[in-house]
Amino acid sequence: MNKDLLSIDDLSREEMESILATARKDFLDLSRRDIKKVPTLRGRTIIDLFYEKSTRTSTSFELAGKRLSADVINVKADSSAVGKGESLKDTVLTLNAYAPDIIVIRHPHVGAPAFIARYTDAHVINAGDGKGGHPTQCLLDIFSLQREYGELQGLKVAIVGDILHSRVARSNIAGFRKMGMEVTLVAPPALLPRGVETLGARVSHTLDVLDDVDVVYLLRMQKERHGSTILVPSLREYIARYCVGRRHLKRGQKVLHPGPINRGVEIEAELADSGENLILQQVEAGLAVRMAIMYRIIVDAAALQDTAGARAVQAVAD
Amino acid sequence: MKAVMTRRGTRANLVVRGARVIDPAQGLDSVIDVVVEKGRITAVGKKAGKAAGLEVLDAAGCLLLPGFVDLQTHLRAPGREDEEDIASGTAAAAAGGYVAVTAMANTDPVVDTAAVLEAQLEAAEKEAAVRVTFTGSITRGLAGERLSEIWDMADAGAVAFSDDGRPVESGALLRAAFQAAQLVQRPLFLHCEDASLAAAGQMHEGTVSAALGLEGIPACAETAAVARDLEIAAYEGARVHVLHVSCAGSLAAVAAARARGAEVTCEVTPHHLVLDHQAVRSLDACTKMNPPLRSEEDRRALVAALADGGIDCIGTDHAPHAPQEKEVPFEEAPFGVIGLETAFPVLYTELVAGGDLPLEVLVRAMSTNPARVLGLTPPAVAEGAEADLCLVDISGEYAIEPERFRSRSRNTAFAGRKVKGRILLTLAGGREAFRDERFGEGGS
Repeated sequence: MNKDLLSIDDLSREEMESILATARKDFLDLSRRDIKKVPTLRGRTIIDLFYEKSTRTSTSFELAGKRLSADVINVKADSSAVGKGESLKDTVLTLNAYAPDIIVIRHPHVGAPAFIARYTDAHVINAGDGKGGHPTQCLLDIFSLQREYGELQGLKVAIVGDILHSRVARSNIAGFRKMGMEVTLVAPPALLPRGVETLGARVSHTLDVLDDVDVVYLLRMQKERHGSTILVPSLREYIARYCVGRRHLKRGQKVLHPGPINRGVEIEAELADSGENLILQQVEAGLAVRMAIMYRIIVDAAALQDTAGARAVQAVAD
Repeated sequence: MKAVMTRRGTRANLVVRGARVIDPAQGLDSVIDVVVEKGRITAVGKKAGKAAGLEVLDAAGCLLLPGFVDLQTHLRAPGREDEEDIASGTAAAAAGGYVAVTAMANTDPVVDTAAVLEAQLEAAEKEAAVRVTFTGSITRGLAGERLSEIWDMADAGAVAFSDDGRPVESGALLRAAFQAAQLVQRPLFLHCEDASLAAAGQMHEGTVSAALGLEGIPACAETAAVARDLEIAAYEGARVHVLHVSCAGSLAAVAAARARGAEVTCEVTPHHLVLDHQAVRSLDACTKMNPPLRSEEDRRALVAALADGGIDCIGTDHAPHAPQEKEVPFEEAPFGVIGLETAFPVLYTELVAGGDLPLEVLVRAMSTNPARVLGLTPPAVAEGAEADLCLVDISGEYAIEPERFRSRSRNTAFAGRKVKGRILLTLAGGREAFRDERFGEGGS
């Protein structure tokens, strides 16, 4: 891995496979033990810097850090100096003075993780930047799919819902394609970004295409990001056309959702409660995958340094 | 109409020897000498200016051009003197070869009454290194609700009226503004944007915004507004200058209005001529401006239109911002970049040296044409004319170094870019407004 995980584009397919193998081999079973802790990152400091409301991602990162025995500090925007007008740059410079090993950042604006990486020596992990990307979500989704389907090459997935406002869609289109999957986006035109055809996915405006895919990935309608313009004629009409229920599914088709779910909007309640969805498996995978990412980002960097150091020593010896 | 600058400093006395002198308006393009005495051009020709007592500048290999005129300059004073003021902004202008700039009205307070304008003119007489002309706002406080003191400001010396930075959303109010401006024979400088379409957009809507997840500003936010505004202007027979056109569709709307006899001029910024939306992939806040950097096709269309007369003028839209305002994630940064000190070198290097644009077209677009839009006498390299000249070294390549800018701000989209066309000397209103420190006294 590179120093930071800012975008899913930072990882090659091999690196993704390798991280997921670590998650599977070393961390997945930890939750099932009585003592849910390993000493891997003992003495390391992780700062979780969250500028947006988050339940699942923030608890997942916090728990992942704690189960690796790191010291984990949570900084929430509403309880920090941010309310006193401090800039992101100054907040990060201040936190960097504590010499953290990892800063995990969730921010409402695109590129914030790359921005803070300029001002800290810590490894920066993007836990969601505005509508930009959500690489750890992408990895845990791929992990969940691998557990369910094994090999993903050629697997067909439909991503359904509010693509326009979704950082998950942006990361997953790239990540799924990197794993050899075929991606179709399903949404009304107003919920697709202009230029979507260049992202490497097919586009459909109706759920009919679900007949031709193996997996259905649902996205929440992000009303909070819609601004003042109403993008669909009415929620009722949207639901009638895009809410996915068990009746839309074929045998063996599984449903994923990054959460939080809106029952009755993008997913029918019955489907949300059925064994056809992998939503809770995704949450479980998230913990193991984030442990693997944090472990690997530190170990790989140390290995790189060792190699560089060894080369330097060799050069001196020569 | 007033163009004011300081009367301090002595009037220039010098000979520029051996430069290639270009003045498209005079049909002039030859290697000759130009003599300036007491701030006026007294001789243009071979071996001119043998008289004693004049400084002789050896300018072999340089260009001597009519000084540039900017139609869109944000001097930020009063209100944001930490970013720019009249002294620093006009020093930056002089360093970029400009002899006149047009101050935009979106200061704090807004220039919406004759009293504010008079205070600005008074300040410029004390501080300005080059001529400054002032625009008044179209609407009070740029709020788009009622008209500013258009008639009184015209009497006080406003050259034009503009709510630049914001569109006039109400068609009825824009119509009333055209009617008011006609009485005093001033053009409106229009920032054409449908605010509801632009909404909270951060960059050009297209493939790059889709990849980055940034909210887009569709090209139709501009083209729809250009079409509407020119429709109203044509109906009123009013004179319009369209600020900072950024896309091919706007050019079509301007051409259509002209074909119907409307009196329309328009301008393009250096950054829209040189950069496209791919630059935003860096998420550098110095690639964020409004209108946004458009597609490569749009950029090519702008260059072609500048070459064929579809676009008349270059306007820098020089928009200084404090470092802390731009050192933030892209979406938190304000729109705008500075441009006075980089306009000519960047355009010369990218368009003229690259063969896309004849040099005389660039000179017209940066000097003669904008002066006409403002109702000023165009700078000319001619005997008897006041010296409004700039001398440019096109021999050596150099890197743009923001820390050397005369501007108080550093927010350029061209930091580090290798260019040719260093400005060595600017004479504005007969006075030496700028001399490059490496261009010594008495070059021969």
